[in-house]
Amino acid sequence: MPTAIEIFKLLPKKNCGECDYPTCLAFAMQLANQKVKVEACPHISEQAKASLAVSASAPIRLLRIGVGESRVEIGDETEIYRHEKKFFHQTCYAVVLSDTLSTQERREGLERVNGLRFERIGQIMKMDMIGIRNDSGNLEKFATAVEEVSSSTDLPMVLFASDPQMMRAAVARVAGRSPLLHAATAANHNAMAMVAKETKCPLVVREDRGLDMLADLVQKVKAIGVEDIVLDFGPRSLKDLLENSTIVRKVAVKKTFRGLGFPIMVNAGAGERAILMAMISTMKYGGIVAFDEIDPAEALPLFVLRQSIYTDPQVPIQVKPDLYPINNPDERSPVVFTTNFSLTYFTVMGDIEKSKMPAWLQVVDTEGLSVMTAYAAGKLTPDTVAKALESSGAKDKSKRGDIIIPGMVSRMSAKLQEITGLKVIVGPKESSALPKFMKNL
Amino acid sequence: MSEVPIPKEKWTGKIGIAVLGSSFEDGGTRKSRLLIGGQTGMPFLSYEGATPNRPLFAGEVLDTIKDYPELAKKPFGDALEDPARWARVWVEQFGADVVCLKLLSTNPEEENKSSEEAAATVRRVLETVSVPIIVYGCGNVEKDARTMEAVSNVGAGERLILAQAEENAYESISKAAIANDHLVVAFSNLDINLAKQMNILLTDFGVKKENILMDPLQASLETGLEYSYSVNERIRLAALTGDSMLQIPMICDITAAWKSREATEENEKYGITEKRATWWEAATGLAALLSGASMLIVRSPETVRILNRALDDLMEEG
Repeated sequence: MPTAIEIFKLLPKKNCGECDYPTCLAFAMQLANQKVKVEACPHISEQAKASLAVSASAPIRLLRIGVGESRVEIGDETEIYRHEKKFFHQTCYAVVLSDTLSTQERREGLERVNGLRFERIGQIMKMDMIGIRNDSGNLEKFATAVEEVSSSTDLPMVLFASDPQMMRAAVARVAGRSPLLHAATAANHNAMAMVAKETKCPLVVREDRGLDMLADLVQKVKAIGVEDIVLDFGPRSLKDLLENSTIVRKVAVKKTFRGLGFPIMVNAGAGERAILMAMISTMKYGGIVAFDEIDPAEALPLFVLRQSIYTDPQVPIQVKPDLYPINNPDERSPVVFTTNFSLTYFTVMGDIEKSKMPAWLQVVDTEGLSVMTAYAAGKLTPDTVAKALESSGAKDKSKRGDIIIPGMVSRMSAKLQEITGLKVIVGPKESSALPKFMKNL
Repeated sequence: MSEVPIPKEKWTGKIGIAVLGSSFEDGGTRKSRLLIGGQTGMPFLSYEGATPNRPLFAGEVLDTIKDYPELAKKPFGDALEDPARWARVWVEQFGADVVCLKLLSTNPEEENKSSEEAAATVRRVLETVSVPIIVYGCGNVEKDARTMEAVSNVGAGERLILAQAEENAYESISKAAIANDHLVVAFSNLDINLAKQMNILLTDFGVKKENILMDPLQASLETGLEYSYSVNERIRLAALTGDSMLQIPMICDITAAWKSREATEENEKYGITEKRATWWEAATGLAALLSGASMLIVRSPETVRILNRALDDLMEEG
């Protein structure tokens, strides 16, 4: 949204009051804060209205691919650096299957994709889309492959074909799935854009001869009537990828160029270079990364990287409050408690693991605050700790009758002992001292 | 024809250059001095700035492998038993630019090796390889003060990188560095204000600005990597917009990746463990490089190979 002053410059400056505000400047301020609609001013010129519409619109279009629960959203980003606010829609990952594979091979491919699904601290990390590529050059083969895959998965789909006719035939088989179409190129854009327009599917626009030519092609596709566009600039190197992704994001967000305000897609392929491309794209503005192949040892770190970069810097990640067993504890093992700030949890958990001593780690809900912060804010109290121990049944898991508390909150010892009936042992102030402490228990 | 404007930022500052090691001409015995830093834009955006010095890789060498993960041992075999041999394998076999020696055995609560013994280890490493050397103590403030003094003397003339100065413990190490013109790693924990404060403390104390490297704390992939990533970016942005006390090269210890359970856990669902551990460290390293690191401390030679490949591709000419 432009500033009040920028808006004011476009207003008639009559101070007529018909918008229910005393002056045009007052109205401009309300509009800048989106508290009023521009239509409330009866005297604003059409030109000014159009200009405002452009500058108030999202710099990067929001796109939805697929339907139902597995539908993905990409785009609608406003930042160049995550620390300035956050990145909103995480990079989506797709695995592409060739239409030349046998039904069996495709089924196995799909199984492998479904196997790339991991749960961490209560969050699911997985592949987001399935692609089918027309390698055969045969309309029926392509369309059949697309139909087959669509019946075996709910995942949103990406259809890769350069022949608009074949693309149309394939889309017809998956009507209602809203697949992403790859791609409109210099050679086929008229017909391919028509397919996208008529089937109401989002469309990738591909041009690897530079961003200027890509922007031209996007303009042509838009003129035909397609609005839901994804950019594929076919990077030749990691440098190409990083620089062009940055340029596309920056000119869109800074509004110095309006023609490339769309999410980015990269075809990474397979192997080491594919993972490097995917990681860079994930950190730097990627909307979709498509792989020919990716294995779990590559996918897991990639997923965790994505999750990491896309966390909201303002909102700490929280771990599910629960009683976590470490090093195979039994009823003779002690209970230790900590908070559900993920950083705290992983640090304490790691240090107890390092000690090799079995223990039960009770994670207490403090809305994601660390021990000291939660204690100072009154969110970590003997009552909340006692409640957590009750819910998790900690006293049934450990029959020792004691509990180890973080050294920083030693002051809650007496009260905690009173409420829970457990003997309170004050632990170290620093988690790093836990291994030694645990061994000396 | 559309003309997409290249968003070239007009930066008013740049990162300073640090000289690692002393060659024969400078009075040392390193094969050559190595430079890091000097960047004039955000990482690897060649259209708005230069990366005059390629980021460097420091191979991690420990003087005790008590807590060293089994999975990381394979590439080094029995060279792990001797820091000098281990360092040589890093340089000659795996192309490490720098060696990072961590004198963990001096820990008073563990083996408690003497500072003199530790200094002797440093001398042997200096005699065995001719690359710049980073030296860490054990983390015990009093012991490290003595160790750093001894190491500083044994390495006189070599422009070692002594690590690490901390908010409440920076005077002894600074003194040791100043005495023989070594560099110092200034450590801060994910706090841009503290990072700047450390540089002010050190320069006020008498350490030359060009002899400081910043370590803003590299968090591992699973355990808060995004904090490091953003702190690094903010530091680089501040430096480029003219904050001279942050115009200092960053060093990131990505061996932190090995602390993550998922990096090394044996679990069929998570794929081949060795490959996963490598990518865990590589991802941490790539994030550090993209957010402004000028040097990485690395545990796995495979990681160095992968990241070198990434650098080739990020810094290609033309």
